[in-house]
Amino acid sequence: MLWPKLARALFAKPLTDEAPLLPRETIQALGERLAATSRARLGRSLAIREVDSGSCNGCELEVNALQNVAYDLERFGLRFVASPKHADVLLVTGPACLNMREALERALASTPEPRWVVAVGDCAVDGGVFKGSYAVENGIGAVLPVDLLIPGCPPSPAQLLEGLLSLLEAEAAKK
Amino acid sequence: MMGPASELICGGYPQGTQPYERFLLSPSAWGQLPAALMQEPAMALLGIWADSAQIHACFLHESSGEAVLASTPVTGGYYAALSPARPGAVRFERMILELWGHHAEGAVDLRPWLDHGRWPLRHPLAAKPIPFSGEPPQPEFLPVEGDGIHQIPVGPIHAGVIEPGHFRFSVQGEVVVRLEQRLGYKHKGTLSLMFGTSPRAAVRYAARLSGDTTVAHSWAFSAAVEAALDVAPPPRALHLRALMLELERIHNHLNDWGFICNDAAFAFPHARCGFLREGVLRAIAAAFGHRLMMDRVLPGGVAPDIAPRGAEAILAALDAVEAEIPALMQIYEAHASLQDRMVTTGFLRPELARGFAAGGHVGRASGRDFDARRLPQNHPYPVLAFDVPVLEAGDVDARLRIRVAELGQSIALVRQLLTNLPAGELMAPLPVRAGEGVAMIEGFRGECLHWVRLDDGGLIRGIFPRDPSWLQWPLLEAAIEDNIVADFPLCNKSFNCSYSGVDL
Repeated sequence: MLWPKLARALFAKPLTDEAPLLPRETIQALGERLAATSRARLGRSLAIREVDSGSCNGCELEVNALQNVAYDLERFGLRFVASPKHADVLLVTGPACLNMREALERALASTPEPRWVVAVGDCAVDGGVFKGSYAVENGIGAVLPVDLLIPGCPPSPAQLLEGLLSLLEAEAAKK
Repeated sequence: MMGPASELICGGYPQGTQPYERFLLSPSAWGQLPAALMQEPAMALLGIWADSAQIHACFLHESSGEAVLASTPVTGGYYAALSPARPGAVRFERMILELWGHHAEGAVDLRPWLDHGRWPLRHPLAAKPIPFSGEPPQPEFLPVEGDGIHQIPVGPIHAGVIEPGHFRFSVQGEVVVRLEQRLGYKHKGTLSLMFGTSPRAAVRYAARLSGDTTVAHSWAFSAAVEAALDVAPPPRALHLRALMLELERIHNHLNDWGFICNDAAFAFPHARCGFLREGVLRAIAAAFGHRLMMDRVLPGGVAPDIAPRGAEAILAALDAVEAEIPALMQIYEAHASLQDRMVTTGFLRPELARGFAAGGHVGRASGRDFDARRLPQNHPYPVLAFDVPVLEAGDVDARLRIRVAELGQSIALVRQLLTNLPAGELMAPLPVRAGEGVAMIEGFRGECLHWVRLDDGGLIRGIFPRDPSWLQWPLLEAAIEDNIVADFPLCNKSFNCSYSGVDL
C-alpha cells in the first residue's frame, strides 16, 4: 500500500504552496542592521534553533507547521537543527521567563557568530498577556539581542515564513 | 454507595459551589481523609489547590461520575497531606507550598517544583509574599542505587521544536532504571495575573494556559464562571463550542499520530497527517478567523459566529481526513519495523492509570473509562451520539489507536453539530455578583478542570485551572521504566503532556 502511494506522489502535482511575497521594508531594515554591525555574511541557507522561553505552546504548533508539506521550509534552504551550536538563527518563542533565563543565555553563548536572533509571537516581542508578572521579564529582548520581531498570537506559518525569508533576502542583498 | 471518604467529606459544611458541592472540613476531619481514602479506592483525586487561607481538593466518584470538593483551613501554615493515600497529590502539594506557602504535613515529597529560586519573591500567591534574592539552589534528584548506573541529563532545551523541561535519566546500559522530571521552567505567574480581574479579562489567560488546548481551557473556565453566576449560554453558543472542541481534538490527534510515527523514524504518516491537519487548520481559520480558535470561547457564549462558508470548508477538510484514515492505518499496521517500536513499548499498568485518575488517551488506553463529555451538565453532548473508545493494552500502540478511534468519533460529532446548528444569540449577559463554580471539559488530552470564585464585584478571588497533564506526567516516569533510552521520544510523544499547562 505504501509503495504505490509513494510512486503516485512522484508524478502528482506538488502539495506545496507558492512562496509568499516579502515586505520590502523589513528586508531593507534587516539589510541596514547587517551593514551597521558589519557582520560576516551567512549565505543563502540558514540553520535555525528554536528555543521556547515559556510560550503557551501555540507558537510551537505553528513553527512545527512550517515543516509540513504545505510550507516545506527546507525548499528555501531553511532548516531546524538540534543544537544552538549548529545554528545561524535563534528563534525564540514565549515571554522571558525567569526560570528560563540561564538556559537562554547559555543557548546564545553556544550559537556561533554571525547569528540572528528572532523573537516570535507577542509574548517574545514584549511579554504579551504575561507582561508585568513576577515570573517574567516581558519580551526576550530583556535577555537576548533581538534582530527581528515576528508578532502574532501565534503568528501564522505564512507570517513566520515571510520573516525568515526576509532574513535570507537581507543576507543576499549585502555586498 | 458511600465509602468512608465520601461520608467524611459530605459531613462537612456545604459552601454552595455549583454544580458540585464543596464541603468545608475541620482540620481534624481533613486529617482523617488519607486513611478514609485508602479504604475507598474508587474516590479519585482530580486536583488540590489553595487560596491564602484554605486548601481545596476535587474528587471524582469513579463509578457514578459525580464530583465533590473538599476544603480545610490551613492552621499555623500546615494541613494534612493527601499524598500518602493518593500519589497524584504529590506535585500539587509541592506547588501549593511554593505558590501559597502552605505545608502539607506528612507529605511524600516537598522538594521544590515550580520555584527554581529565580523569582524576586517567595510564595507569590500568599497574603504576604516574601522578597527573595540569592543564588538559585541546585536541584535535588531522587537517589538511584545499583551497579553501573549513570545519569543522562536532558533539557530544559530539547532537540526538537518542543517545550522546555528537564529529564534526568538514570540508566543501566541501555535500560532506563528511573526517569525523573523537573518542570516549572515555563512558570509565567498565570494565576497571579488572573486574580482580581473580571472573567472577561481573565479568559485570555485560560486560553493561553496551553495553546494546543485553548478551546477546552477557555470553555472550562467560562463554564465554571457560568456555573458560579447561574448563567446558561444560548444553545447556538454551546453548539459552536462543541464544534470548536471537536476540531481542536481532530487537529491535535492528527498531529500526534504523525509525530509518534516520526519518532520511530517512519516519515510517511507524519507527512500525510501534517498535510491533512493543515487542511483542517485552514478550514478552521476560514470558519472562525483563527487557526487555533484562540479567544473564541468567552464567559457567557462565543464570539464571533461561524463564517457563512465556514461549515462547507470544515466538512470538505474532514472528508479528506476521513477518506485517508483507513489507508494510513493500513500502512501503520502493515510495517513490522514500525509495529515493533510501538507494541508493548511504554506500557502503563491499568492500576497505575486508575490510581492517578489519568484522563484522556493516557487513561483510556489503560482501561480507565472516563470522558467529561458524558457529564450531564456538559451541553450539547447529552443530545449527541458518540462512543468513547477504551483499550487495556496500555502501550504506545494503544494510545495511538485511541487517538485514531477518537478522530472518527469527532468527525461524526462535527457533522452532527453542523447539521443541527441552532439559530439565535451567541452571548448571554453576565450578572455582576458573587459565586463559586467548577467545570470539567474534555480536551484532547483529557478533562480540563477549572474552579472559580467571584466576589460581590464579580471579580476573581479564587482560581485554579487544572490541566489533565498534572495526572499524566508522573505516569510517564512509570511507563518509561525498563524501556531503552531510544524509545523515550516515542513514549513521551504518545503521552504528549503539556508543559505550559502544569507550569502555570
